Amino acid sequence: MRALKISSLFAMVAIAASACGGAATPTAAPTAAPAAEEPTAAPTAAAAEATTASEPAAATGGELKIAILAPLSGPVPTFGVSTRDGALLAIEEWNAKGGVNGMKITPVVEDSQCTPDPAVNAANKVIDQDGVKFIIGEVCSKATIPVSDIATEKKVILISPTSTNPSVTVDSKGKVKPYIFRACFIDPFQGTVGAKFALETLKVKTAFIMLDQSNDYVKGLAEYFEKAFTDGGGQVIGKETYTSKDTDFSAILAKVADTKPDVVYLPDYYNIVNLAAKQAKEKGITATFLGGDGWDSSDLDTAAAEGGYFTNHYSPEDTRAEVQNFVKSYGEKYKDDSGNAKVPDALAALAYDATNLLMEGIKAAGSDDTTKVNTTLEGITFNGISGKITFDANHDPVKSATILAVKDGKVQFNSVVNP
Amino acid sequence: MQQANTSKPSSFLARGSGARLAWIGKGFLIILALLALYILVKSFFANPQLFAQIVISGLQLGFVYALIALGYTMVYGIVRLINFAHGDVFMVGAFISFYAVARFRLHLWPAAAFPGMSSSLVVLIGSITVILLSMLVCAIMAVTIERVAYKPLRNAPRIAALITAIGVSFFLEFFGALNFVFSPRFIPYERPFEVVTWYISSGIHQVQAGTAPPSGAITFSNIAIIIMVASILMQLALQFLVRRTRIGKAMRATAFDKQAAQLMGINVDRIISITFAIGAAFAGLGGVLYAIAYPSIHSQLGILPGLKAFVAAVLGGIGSIPGAFVGALIMGQAESLTAGYISTPMRDAIAFTILILVLLVRPTGIFGEPEKEKA
Repeated sequence: MRALKISSLFAMVAIAASACGGAATPTAAPTAAPAAEEPTAAPTAAAAEATTASEPAAATGGELKIAILAPLSGPVPTFGVSTRDGALLAIEEWNAKGGVNGMKITPVVEDSQCTPDPAVNAANKVIDQDGVKFIIGEVCSKATIPVSDIATEKKVILISPTSTNPSVTVDSKGKVKPYIFRACFIDPFQGTVGAKFALETLKVKTAFIMLDQSNDYVKGLAEYFEKAFTDGGGQVIGKETYTSKDTDFSAILAKVADTKPDVVYLPDYYNIVNLAAKQAKEKGITATFLGGDGWDSSDLDTAAAEGGYFTNHYSPEDTRAEVQNFVKSYGEKYKDDSGNAKVPDALAALAYDATNLLMEGIKAAGSDDTTKVNTTLEGITFNGISGKITFDANHDPVKSATILAVKDGKVQFNSVVNP
Repeated sequence: MQQANTSKPSSFLARGSGARLAWIGKGFLIILALLALYILVKSFFANPQLFAQIVISGLQLGFVYALIALGYTMVYGIVRLINFAHGDVFMVGAFISFYAVARFRLHLWPAAAFPGMSSSLVVLIGSITVILLSMLVCAIMAVTIERVAYKPLRNAPRIAALITAIGVSFFLEFFGALNFVFSPRFIPYERPFEVVTWYISSGIHQVQAGTAPPSGAITFSNIAIIIMVASILMQLALQFLVRRTRIGKAMRATAFDKQAAQLMGINVDRIISITFAIGAAFAGLGGVLYAIAYPSIHSQLGILPGLKAFVAAVLGGIGSIPGAFVGALIMGQAESLTAGYISTPMRDAIAFTILILVLLVRPTGIFGEPEKEKA
């Protein structure tokens, strides 16, 4: 996924300032970025029921240790807390049901700081000292990648809930790493889902793609959208590029107005959406705007994006029973500072899914032998909070995505699209 | 300032190679101009509406650049300083109006003060108040910057003042990015008035949200008109000020020869402050209008428009007020037409290529006069 910040490139300009432009504009941090939803959302009022939760039911066949590598400190501590909480909730629920294959599950939580070195140290510690054979984590791709190499080498199963970089599951030679999986879809997958949604739900025929050629996140989404849209019988009638520093989209929008597409695919961050969609509205362009999870921000100008849709990993407003149960039990277990029930963000949901996925894999394998579990996971079909998961040849999940709609000035849950 | 020793080229050699370069440049320029003309004529006949649409957006951009470029050119004309912080003053102007509108609802004060006033009048007076406030704050800020950062260096080598200007620019950008100042976020800008779009198709009609104008209709918005009118008015006002008033006379005298002006009893410090204030007020106005037209603001908003406006000023001949204006319009069109007919990522490259080519042929810019020797 993505994180948005104004990177400060001090060094650049100095002397060159007379000749070349300013430094920083929004840049994506495509490798690092884990799911970026800050916990927003008003806490659901209810939830304050007695925690009748889980007395660990009698487990018979020993102990199963699961390591959770979460960035509890470092640049993204809120991601770490959500990830840990989501994973612990899943473990607690399994223990309440009697564990996996009769084994009681013991979590080993380590702070991996979203940074390669501490993550590697934590991984070595849990594998060598604690004898852990299963790891949930890390959140950030740049920390998960080195850990995945250790895990492959030591035949330890690792499921990252949120690392989207392709190199997490595939090595530099393009070969898939055994024992390594992830629970989130990789970025470009959203393009495929977006196209499917446009064709099947919105029933549109023509699309116009706007993309920032310098941003891998945007490029990936646009590329997969174009392919899926064309393969599905739609027609891409225009494709225009801009740069991340642009504020004036009139030239591109003049072409959009000229070609009259049904949808405009704009898989960029909210700041670009705010400008481009607003200018489009002012020019009387009626095409529906579509995007990816880059739109997901409290700073999204909902008036500009009104009528648009974007793909995301998960929504707490999803009406499916498993989602609502998860939101409820999460809220009962975890409270924010003022004692209100916490609403799980995408990180918590994905960590919860990753943990359940692992448990199902172990259960189906009938043992905690990692080679067997690896094989079962490769063939698993798992129904999670964030959708139905199966794995493709690269150990990337093929799963459903959530569609959110911008409607009446609010971002609302719309539907779940299966691939 | 002691620029006398920097301006005299070792004449013969410099002039010789300069002339040859100019010829190569001219050749290039003619070929490129013909090519560009061919593309433009062809695109015009292929789709005149699209062409007109692109020219209109280029005008909107160009007139904003013109407002900023005036500040660059005036300050350069008076103190021979390229004030790189100027683009950031533009950014501050946008933010002042944002806070005035979103936080303090200043644009609604006439409604509170005079209940019963018609709502369009409220919007008009309120918006003008917001714009004037932004201009005022920018002017005060620029005068402060001049006093603190540039004045102590007035007799230092020019490069020292230039580096300081870059420093001030960075300071404003990164100080502005602090959480308790403007924050590093991209902030959706709340406009003091709504942008209305019209389209021309057998008469002028307003664009209704959710309904597409008929195909082939040319659209334009109130903000585009406001930008053009404001920019032209400011240009005329400035011409009047410089040509017809005592202050203007003093400014021209200061620009011509500071020491002599001082000896004639002109308060040079005051004139320089006024110059900075006027330039910054224009930038503030530009900032507000730009933010209304492109309503997403952040602390580094001013970098690119500032740079483009600087280029426009150089293109037109830095130090020349009509030059800045013409240069800005050329930059706006170059960008818009490139984005429309070549590709958006190419637009800055093309715009800066035009700068290089023009400077090859006319090193002092379109309206610039060759630098006079000064004692």
